[in-house]
Amino acid sequence: MSESTNVKQVTVISGKGGTGKSSLIASLAYLMKDYTILADADVDAADLYLIFTPDVKEKHEYEGLKLAKIDEDLCTKCGLCRDACRFDAITEDIKIDSFKCEGCGLCYHVCPEKAISMNARISGHYMKSETRIGTMVHARLIPGEESSGLLVAQVRKIAEEVAKEEKKKLVLIDGSPGIGCPVISSLTGSNLAVVVTEPTISALHDLKRILELLIQFRIPGYVVINKSDMNEKVSQEIEEFCQGNNTVIAKIPYNDIFNTAMIQKLSVSEIEDDSDDVKEIQETIKGVAAKIKSFLKI
Amino acid sequence: MRIAVASGKGGTGKTLIATSLALSLEGAHILDADVEEPNCSLFLDLDTKKIATATVPIPDIDTDLCTLCGKCSDSCEYNALANLPGQILLFDKICHGCGVCSYVCPEDAITEVDKPLGYIFEGKNEHITFHYGELIVGEELATPVISRLMKTIDKNDKIVIVDSPPGSACPMVEAIHGADFVILAGEPTPFGLSDMKIVVESLIKLGTKFGVIINKDGVGNNELELFCKENEIPILMKIPFDMEIAKQNSVGIPLVKGFPEYESKFQNLYSNIEEMVKNE
Repeated sequence: MSESTNVKQVTVISGKGGTGKSSLIASLAYLMKDYTILADADVDAADLYLIFTPDVKEKHEYEGLKLAKIDEDLCTKCGLCRDACRFDAITEDIKIDSFKCEGCGLCYHVCPEKAISMNARISGHYMKSETRIGTMVHARLIPGEESSGLLVAQVRKIAEEVAKEEKKKLVLIDGSPGIGCPVISSLTGSNLAVVVTEPTISALHDLKRILELLIQFRIPGYVVINKSDMNEKVSQEIEEFCQGNNTVIAKIPYNDIFNTAMIQKLSVSEIEDDSDDVKEIQETIKGVAAKIKSFLKI
Repeated sequence: MRIAVASGKGGTGKTLIATSLALSLEGAHILDADVEEPNCSLFLDLDTKKIATATVPIPDIDTDLCTLCGKCSDSCEYNALANLPGQILLFDKICHGCGVCSYVCPEDAITEVDKPLGYIFEGKNEHITFHYGELIVGEELATPVISRLMKTIDKNDKIVIVDSPPGSACPMVEAIHGADFVILAGEPTPFGLSDMKIVVESLIKLGTKFGVIINKDGVGNNELELFCKENEIPILMKIPFDMEIAKQNSVGIPLVKGFPEYESKFQNLYSNIEEMVKNE
């Protein structure tokens, strides 16, 4: 395989939300910008646009699952569709509840009057944008919509294409919290996962589940403990738990610089601050970038 | 009265609020609907036991009857069935259990079997009833586990508190469905505000009443508060950013246990919400 087609992918995830995943990825994307395309795949709470203020160059509508529509003129209100629907998406008075409809088409098949059609629905948008760190691919799911996993896959596909075009070696993917459909979609086929956790018993519980998921998908994982000084004991427990396959590659103490940087629309790695604590955090994040780079041999 | 606690961004204090609210009220039924990463049990000192399995019906194809006509795979909107030479292949993880394949099969070759997606757990004492759902690691569909969890709500329950998953997609919508009021756990940072706006949009579409608790008040900036004021969203309570609160939270001590003065604040919060729901 030629070098240009061999794009590597790293997914940053967290299990528990609010551990500082997006803040860390913003710094990594900045540090690795010369060879990286950033993909914000946290499609129902995408935040990286707040740091990189993208100039949108292409915006595409995303059609996710279909939506059933009832032709009122043909409908005899027989109720067969309502009884058949497994998602309770058809109301007593035979109307489609678009929040509940999963677009399966069973109602369309069972309707004796052929009064139901299945139609495309716009579930979100995905965008290709210019930023100070290069091209960024991001998306926005329309609130309340299904199929976030499919939109995640689309963002990744576009990001990989862009990486090939621009001869970049890496796609850096910001995943969602949790372990379900969008997370699995952000991980599938990735070369490495970086899990950002924090020393709370909630985050440790969630970390265990996400590491189990990585084992199932045979994806190697690195762990970063953020806000590590919030509870040294739990931090220690995380390190002990991770001995073996998953390595804790960095510990970042709590520092308000993450919020300060966010408010200034900057990643922590871009901010100028003379305090030793901030400099140390910036060095630690450089170390994370270096470890990712060396693991992927890029 | 059913109150759901939601947020766009994760880690803004949903579980902290849901558990403290439930612990401040006598006889509350609390449900942890963040089935991908359920954490309420870590804050509630209860023995829990598995009481039910959430399942999805997936197709089981009788290869003796199947003629490989491909009607099932053509009709599957989720691409969970593939018509390959000599066999129909099922990708069970993405099957939504809609039943289209068995309906369209002209040979009646498809029956459905229930596949577990997650489990429902129960814990109880004389003050509180608790249920949580847990998605099996590796499974993708959280929503059916949440809907199974919601079935534990009894019509005699006077107070139901639902800890919703983060985000604004289908699992969140399922968790807040049927709620009389939604408390949004807001974090006063640019990320917190951006993610909260998305949930606000969903709630307006759904027509559910809601208000905001500003958690970690003091970090970040005041834009979230300004947004609430401009849009006439009630600010229900403020919980300051305090390392001591964070530390207690990190080891599973509920806010109302570590700082008992919050108990009356949460009781007042409940009365205020009751008032707002009544004045519809």
